[in-house]
Amino acid sequence: MKELSFDAAVIGGGAAGMAAALEISGRGLSCAVIEREDGLGGILMQCIHNGFGLIEFNEELSGPEFAQRFEDRLKASNIRAFCGATVIEIENQGDAKVISCVSSAQGVVRIRARAIVLAMGCRERNRGNIRIPGSRPAGVFTAGLAQRLVNIEGYIPGKDVVIIGSGDIGLIMARRMSWVGCKVHAVVEILPYPSGLTRNIVQCLKDFGIPLYLSHLTTNIYGNDRVEGVEVTPIENGALMFEKSFRIPCDTVLLSVGLVPENELSRNFGVEINPMTNGPWVDSTLMTSVPGVFACGNVLHVHDLVDFVVEEARRAGSFAADWLSGKKPTKEIRVKAGSNVRYVTPSRLDPTRDNKLYMRTMIVKNDALLEVKLDNKVVRSQKKNHVQPSEMISFSLGPAELAQAATQDSTLEISLQ
Amino acid sequence: MSQELVCITCPMGCHLTVESLPGGEIQVSGNRCPRGAVYAREETLAPKRVVTATCSLGRPCAGKACADGAHRESLSAPRRVPCRTTAAFPKESIDALIGALYAIEVPLPVKRGDVVLHDALGTGIDVIATRTIE
Repeated sequence: MKELSFDAAVIGGGAAGMAAALEISGRGLSCAVIEREDGLGGILMQCIHNGFGLIEFNEELSGPEFAQRFEDRLKASNIRAFCGATVIEIENQGDAKVISCVSSAQGVVRIRARAIVLAMGCRERNRGNIRIPGSRPAGVFTAGLAQRLVNIEGYIPGKDVVIIGSGDIGLIMARRMSWVGCKVHAVVEILPYPSGLTRNIVQCLKDFGIPLYLSHLTTNIYGNDRVEGVEVTPIENGALMFEKSFRIPCDTVLLSVGLVPENELSRNFGVEINPMTNGPWVDSTLMTSVPGVFACGNVLHVHDLVDFVVEEARRAGSFAADWLSGKKPTKEIRVKAGSNVRYVTPSRLDPTRDNKLYMRTMIVKNDALLEVKLDNKVVRSQKKNHVQPSEMISFSLGPAELAQAATQDSTLEISLQ
Repeated sequence: MSQELVCITCPMGCHLTVESLPGGEIQVSGNRCPRGAVYAREETLAPKRVVTATCSLGRPCAGKACADGAHRESLSAPRRVPCRTTAAFPKESIDALIGALYAIEVPLPVKRGDVVLHDALGTGIDVIATRTIE
């Protein structure tokens, strides 16, 4: 069995993992990246549509272009990338952590590191997660799986498609399936408003004349060997109107019903998870409840832009390097999600320096007011032109707002109205 | 004649009304900022989109060998190479462009940025590969 030692190890070789590793290596530390696919890039490699990199590179790139720019930098660094290696366990051993991974090329490899950055990303929610009744025929795919089949593996999963959920991946797949010659018959969304970005509604549905059924639930999937159709039922005033149900014939159902951070490894290693984000609780340095273990990207909370992912990952890498050199925050205050706020991350801030916060709202509103209260005293009040759950809100808080936080017990509450 | 549009320049999503005036001019209302009028003008008079697609790699899949002797595609040994137009492409010609791209076989190795279709349909816009495959 092979055993190797590094200052830090990053689990996951997607956008977050590569950005974090580059930051650590740039600080003169040795770093390994462990990736379960046989190449780097993660989910970006199947996102062949454009729109990535407007903030990071100031131009609009496709997913593979964005990923390979980072991969080029990685290859020019001394970062050691282990591809085709699946991490099965993390253990404590003295003051270091030992990561066990398996790969078909090298068998079991044990990687010893003093710090770990978690960057495993997300998994798609599937049919079981949202409990769609009906039979169990072939032809039901998550949108991301269909995206991989079409864009990388070169298979088209069906001809007549219905998409359940109006998340961005589902909308992007509506356009992709149309462009590969399929007929997309409908997008069905349980909420009264779309979950995806407006630009995707316009460019992926309206351009192709695909109907979007808002406030509709898929109440049955028909078919024996293969999907033959779905039953869709309108929701009025919170009640299912079965007398108005209708059937849409199709041979393929794609699900775009949300993402879940992939934290099985983290949980098994004792990392505490925030039930609102399904990602780890992190402090002002993006460190989880386990000292020396940091988290960034979609494994921490679901982002909508890869530009935000790499920005966060760079900070996680930098904080991990700080921690390795013995630098720790002297004072931290608690952060709480107030009214109309689903979550805020990180959940602790360092009042002596600038802190970047990410949050998601629960409401759709124009001219909203973002209010930051420190121990019930308003320290920032900011107008927001437009807020909606699918658009992440980010902002910074620094000593100007937080310096008055004299005590360790101070609480910051962030709300929207 | 009037037409309804939703502005996609920013997340506000203004509902725009576009009136066609005699003489080919148009008038935009409902926009909360000047960018809305620019968007509506282009979207009404000459709609364009960046097109992304994939081309065949013109080779049998070199992916991992499976137990049954067949080969399987993987992230580093894909069966298609992704590509995109270098600029927004006239919307009415997108179907023809996609047909042309599906007929192309790209020889390996291919580098990110390689032109796979020069001056697509005489528009002056190139289609480039968006990833490197050895």
